[in-house]
Amino acid sequence: MSLLELDEVVGGYGQVQVLHGIDLAVDEGNVAVVLGANGAGKTTTLRAISGQVHVTGDIRFAGTSIVGKSPEAVSQLGIAHVPQGRGTFGELTVEENLRVGAINRRDNDIQRDLDRWYGVFPRLGERRTQEAGSMSGGEQQMLALARAMMARPRLLLLDEPSLGLAPLVTRELFARLGDLNRNEGLSILVVEQNANLALDIGHWGYVLETGNIAVEGPAEQLHDDEAVRKAYLGF
Amino acid sequence: MATEQTGAATEPVLGVAPPDVMVAPAAAGTTPPLWPPVPRVVFIARVIIGVALSAAALYAPFYFQPTMNRVLSQAIYLAIAAMGLNLLLGFNGQVSIGHGAFYGVGAFTSAILMIDHGWSFEPTIIASALLTGVFGLLVGLPALRVRGLYLALVTLGLAVLFPRVAQKFVDGTGGRPLLRPSRKEFSSLIEGLADDQWVYFLSLAIMVVLFFLAWNLTRGRVGRAMVAVRDQELAASTVGVNLAGTKVATFAISAAYAGVAGSLSVMVDALADGTNPVLYFQRSIEFLVAMTIGGAATMLGPAVGALALVLLRRNTQDLIEGKEILAPAIYGASLIAFVFVLPEGVVGGVRRLLAWLGRRSSAKGRPPTHPIPDDSHDIGGPHERT
Amino acid sequence: MQLFIEQVLNGIGNGVVYGSVALALVLIFRTTGVLNFAQGEMALFSTYISWKLTETGLPVVGAIVISMLIAFVAGGVLQFTLIRPMEGRSQLNVVIVTLGLFLAINSLAQLFFGTDPQLMPSAFPSGGVDLFGGARIQKDTIGLIVVLLVECLALWVLLNKTKLGLKLRAVAADPVSARLHGIRAGWMLMFGWALAAMIGALAGSLVAAERTGFDATLMQIILVYALAAAALGGFDSIWGAVICGLIVGIADALTIQYVDALDGIEVVVPLGLILVVLIVSPNGLFGKRTVERV
Repeated sequence: MSLLELDEVVGGYGQVQVLHGIDLAVDEGNVAVVLGANGAGKTTTLRAISGQVHVTGDIRFAGTSIVGKSPEAVSQLGIAHVPQGRGTFGELTVEENLRVGAINRRDNDIQRDLDRWYGVFPRLGERRTQEAGSMSGGEQQMLALARAMMARPRLLLLDEPSLGLAPLVTRELFARLGDLNRNEGLSILVVEQNANLALDIGHWGYVLETGNIAVEGPAEQLHDDEAVRKAYLGF
Repeated sequence: MATEQTGAATEPVLGVAPPDVMVAPAAAGTTPPLWPPVPRVVFIARVIIGVALSAAALYAPFYFQPTMNRVLSQAIYLAIAAMGLNLLLGFNGQVSIGHGAFYGVGAFTSAILMIDHGWSFEPTIIASALLTGVFGLLVGLPALRVRGLYLALVTLGLAVLFPRVAQKFVDGTGGRPLLRPSRKEFSSLIEGLADDQWVYFLSLAIMVVLFFLAWNLTRGRVGRAMVAVRDQELAASTVGVNLAGTKVATFAISAAYAGVAGSLSVMVDALADGTNPVLYFQRSIEFLVAMTIGGAATMLGPAVGALALVLLRRNTQDLIEGKEILAPAIYGASLIAFVFVLPEGVVGGVRRLLAWLGRRSSAKGRPPTHPIPDDSHDIGGPHERT
Repeated sequence: MQLFIEQVLNGIGNGVVYGSVALALVLIFRTTGVLNFAQGEMALFSTYISWKLTETGLPVVGAIVISMLIAFVAGGVLQFTLIRPMEGRSQLNVVIVTLGLFLAINSLAQLFFGTDPQLMPSAFPSGGVDLFGGARIQKDTIGLIVVLLVECLALWVLLNKTKLGLKLRAVAADPVSARLHGIRAGWMLMFGWALAAMIGALAGSLVAAERTGFDATLMQIILVYALAAAALGGFDSIWGAVICGLIVGIADALTIQYVDALDGIEVVVPLGLILVVLIVSPNGLFGKRTVERV
């Protein structure tokens, strides 16, 4: 049984249906990558999982169905969603952003986690009391990631983390993600347009096309398959 | 930088439907019409409605009693002011809750010109329009720098300021700024028509002219510029729309409309009242209510809304037997109710109905011209008028 | 000189009132993004409730506290029933709803409590305190200043040092993102309104006591001045609202005293202030983000 399973998920926004039957799974400890062109439904898929979009079909997390649950409920089950554009709280400081990540935790380790993430992302540590909105895109992405991790999630949903970031920064970001996955066993579902870097850290890949899974397979295979690359990944 | 269409039609801004998400693909070599052709059923329906309304409007003063005619005349000047606000807010997106001040300026201009300088009534309308237009210009200029919410506040301030200015500078009977031109000062009463009927027809004529001008305006280049500025300023400026010019001009025009309404109110109510500190604020809200209830960014909307408002005002007085203080509560409640239930106002709702009818009759046998039918703004597009 | 000090004190006295109401306005705006034009009338209604409770024999302080609790609940309910459904719609729609509330609440207050002026007992001892220069400040005013300072402090602590405050600010910054982190955004919005309503109730009750009788017009002009203060402060800052309230109050008092030309139209002062400040500094004196939502 996978950590996350999507079964015939159909849905969208009011009149406009975007997903036409998504079957997808993320195994515990794995990184699943979802690729596809603009408008294919990648963001909508993540939103469906985190409860922001109404869908039919089934979505199961650790065995229990989470379809129809509110975003707050889904978050408390252990799924952290970093939306497109990062969703950092611009007016709050870096530290406050991180604390929001831990807002529903009842344990005493919050300070320890804060120190830890300041260690992993030193630039965040330097800008602890700075307003998040004044940071660069790359720094905000790091912040969003650290913030999501403050909740100690089991599954991380990432929507186009490389968007608007310089290549070097993107490389560093994915390196961190890879570390988190390997060292902590964090399960990740990442939606990306930058297929290369994502597939490098991924275990399993999906290519989404107008609301359906067109191709799936081991990440390496997708990466190397020339036909797939040319048709779907543009390189 | 949207990577996918969200598809969700954003809620109408006070009944102003957002630009079409999907537009019918143009035939090769032509530009798609801004106002798509209207299916026959809808067209016929509109003609019938138009004729019926016109007939009713023309016959009304002969059918009703003088008091009712006066009420209708009040609806007319309210409609004119609401149309002014409609141009500014509905079409151009600038918030003003201070149009009562322009209305007040118009009213006092007429009253003072008639009482102190012996003008006959009709020319004062023109003077009011010009004067308030200039004021509108003066307000519109700093308004360029003040956006949205703050603009609402500053205009609110105007409405609050006006009665005090009137109190300070105007000397009416007993030192209070209350001017009552006498009947004699209104000239050119046509024989065969009673006073109240004449008042009604003059107001109606002015309203028709002003509404026609507004219709023409919104239909043309200026109108498109106005809407472009409302919807997407940055984009508008990149295609060469003169932002500042459009916004200030709209302010001036809309103020002039309110000023004319004020002038007419002096004829209808024989009164220019500066004693009530909240009157012009209330008027500002009435214009807003009329526009909202009727339907923002539509042509008939302000008129429908004004009529509804005036009838509501009149009937609550009967309904609650002496508890007139409840009238504002009823306004307030209706305002809220409309925003909830029918944010596009009556006209918007009717349009939707007609559009639905139009689709039903033309749907048979015709393949859809665009992939996704979106019934909230199909034929009754945001830029079209009745 | 004495005249000047007196006028400044006068201005402070009024300014504290404007600041109190501005505080509620800014609180709602900061936590829910809505400019609540009905704030004054909500405060008025609560003031009437306070008054009614004192009529039944309750001590003033007790009456005000109960009225504040009622306002707390009512504020939350209002947000839930009338404002929440407007979520996602244009801010203008919400403004219209608040204008509608303005009309309705004022009218209902007159219906329930009558139109005759009423006397609201004061929670503070009467009399004044003599200051240097021969000027005198009323104990009411001092009381109001103290209350306002305590409110500001309490709010500051709430917003910046507590989890609840963090949640409120997160929801204000980005409600969707906040929900993704497990924060019940809906509840936070309701809480913002409830809190603001409570502050308004306190402000109204204390203000009414300062006057020799109040009626349904109590808050109307105060609202304009409070809006000016809030706008000057940029709608963003609690302290800004209060400081600007004082500025508006003092500017107003000095204008009344020294500028005869504006006699009778002193309200042009707060308006002029708003206009000038906004043209020079579009975010207000203390504000940080652009307020461009309508």
